[in-house]
Amino acid sequence: MQPDGSLRIVLAEDGVLLREGLSELLRRFGHDVVAAVGDAPALAAAVEAHDPDVVVTDVRMPPGFSDEGVRAAVALRAARPSLAVLVLSQYVEQTYAVELLDAGPGRGAGTGYLLKDRVGDVEEFVDAVRRVAAGGTVIDPEVVRQLLGRRRDPLERLTPREREVLALMAEGWSNGAIARTLVVTEAAVAKHIGAILAKLDLPPDTDDHRRVRAVLAYLRA
Amino acid sequence: MGIRTAWQAIAQSPRSFLTSSWPWRSLAYLLCGIVPSAAVAAGVIAFVSLPSSRAAPVVLPPVALALLLSGPLVARYERWRLRLLETAPPPDRRPAGGAGHRALEAGYGVVCVVVLWLIDLAAVVLSLLLPVGLVVTALRSADAGRGVQAAMLAVALLLAPLAAYPLTAWAGARSALARAILASREPELDERLVEVTRSRARLVDAFELDRRRIERDLHDGAQQRLVALTVALGLARLDLAPGSAAAARVDTAHEQAKQALAELRELLRGVHPQVLTDRGLPAAVADAAGRSPVTVATDVVLPRRLPAGIEVAAYFAVCEALANIAKHSRAARASVRGRLVDGVLVLEVRDDGVGGADPARGSGLTGLADRVAVVDGRLLLSSPAGGPTLVRVEIPCSQTVPSG
Repeated sequence: MQPDGSLRIVLAEDGVLLREGLSELLRRFGHDVVAAVGDAPALAAAVEAHDPDVVVTDVRMPPGFSDEGVRAAVALRAARPSLAVLVLSQYVEQTYAVELLDAGPGRGAGTGYLLKDRVGDVEEFVDAVRRVAAGGTVIDPEVVRQLLGRRRDPLERLTPREREVLALMAEGWSNGAIARTLVVTEAAVAKHIGAILAKLDLPPDTDDHRRVRAVLAYLRA
Repeated sequence: MGIRTAWQAIAQSPRSFLTSSWPWRSLAYLLCGIVPSAAVAAGVIAFVSLPSSRAAPVVLPPVALALLLSGPLVARYERWRLRLLETAPPPDRRPAGGAGHRALEAGYGVVCVVVLWLIDLAAVVLSLLLPVGLVVTALRSADAGRGVQAAMLAVALLLAPLAAYPLTAWAGARSALARAILASREPELDERLVEVTRSRARLVDAFELDRRRIERDLHDGAQQRLVALTVALGLARLDLAPGSAAAARVDTAHEQAKQALAELRELLRGVHPQVLTDRGLPAAVADAAGRSPVTVATDVVLPRRLPAGIEVAAYFAVCEALANIAKHSRAARASVRGRLVDGVLVLEVRDDGVGGADPARGSGLTGLADRVAVVDGRLLLSSPAGGPTLVRVEIPCSQTVPSG
């Protein structure tokens, strides 16, 4: 990250229109798109050449139009554990999310996985890029919903409110952000989180990032 | 459709039948059976009744055994003989049948040699009795005068063609019997069914390819444009004064573009699920389960990727079953289990709902059955009133099915 808080970003997206739009958007918020490429090999080369703070990549790219973006992200994370990667997907599938979270030693630190639609909410999207670059974990609400949906008994002991808080935690939000979303005090959120962690037998942890990852690890186990 | 059997030949054109090859082929067919069998029977009788072979009871069992063992050989000969009468004979080789079928063939062979040839002979003799009898009588009664002889011969000549009808009729019956037993598997029909199945599989594959192409086209085209549009609208909003009329309009447009994007995504998922292509059935089923409003536990373990057509059919079958559960069952929990058992993909979708699912009502189950039938699979349903409901899908995954 630069002293002024701006990020050096490598962008990979095969659609020219969207690539231009995303570049403009990120620049608009003061970030530096050092390279904007259209396929996975070019992405790897650009990362090699520019050593960016964060990579923002589409899942589906040439030549196979399959899941090159996820594979590239996993490979990049394996080679450079400190590199933050935000993956954008046309469909959000827990399968891909779990693969990403398992990539690299950080178990989800500096990892993001969002539905492509979310980029339209420009401020939230840029915020997600920033949080991922800062080592956070950002998971699409849709994935969290899928993960919560398949879960076992302990989750049923949570109150509806606690489930809401858990979902927001799993998406990667801090206590403050959760409090603003639910329109409650941060103290109330902290209390809910304490109850949730106790019910799920997870250790209390004041570090937001570590706690998010513990929750995600629990959900996908 | 041309004439394929002796009976059809008689029924379709009784007059031109007489000048056709059918009567002669029928006669040849019957004689082909009578002559060898008569020879064998004569040989056996002669051997047994020889003054030297007093120990007939000792000799008979080996003879009977030899007859029994010759069953398959006779059956083979019978099958060959069918060619005389059938335009589409069963293949010369033994059709793929079990031990039971082989025993049936052997039994038929024995019956041929011991009994059937006698009936064949009787049919030939009875059919030809009148004309042949007249000819013989005419030739013998030389004292009756030439005029009478000529008249008798003329009548015999007129009657001779009539013998063709019973002769051919019996030959037709006889060959139908032979075909029913020797070709009871209807290999010809099997071949046609295999071809139909193959062409259907090709059609399904072609549709599937089309669907993938449509999905990709929409992904690369409309979807990308819509995402770019939401970005552009999002940026435009930043430039507008909050609370202004223009900002409100852009907000509305933004919402609508996002809505269109969400709808398009759901549509595309229904056209072709990308994760299925990328990661196979277990991952795709897990993701489908994750989207269900009902809590669904999945346990799909497969040793390998399955042919694409089967994966797609199985995936959509599971989706449809889960959709049915969400819509009708009032279940709290469901589960999907999948295994490959002896080359058959077995998927079981259970729920703890109210049961009473009836394929006759609503098209969900019928559509599900149709999907599965396309890949030669079948759907089994157990849904007593009060529940629980179990939907079981079985799809054969032999490598010979040309899918994918």
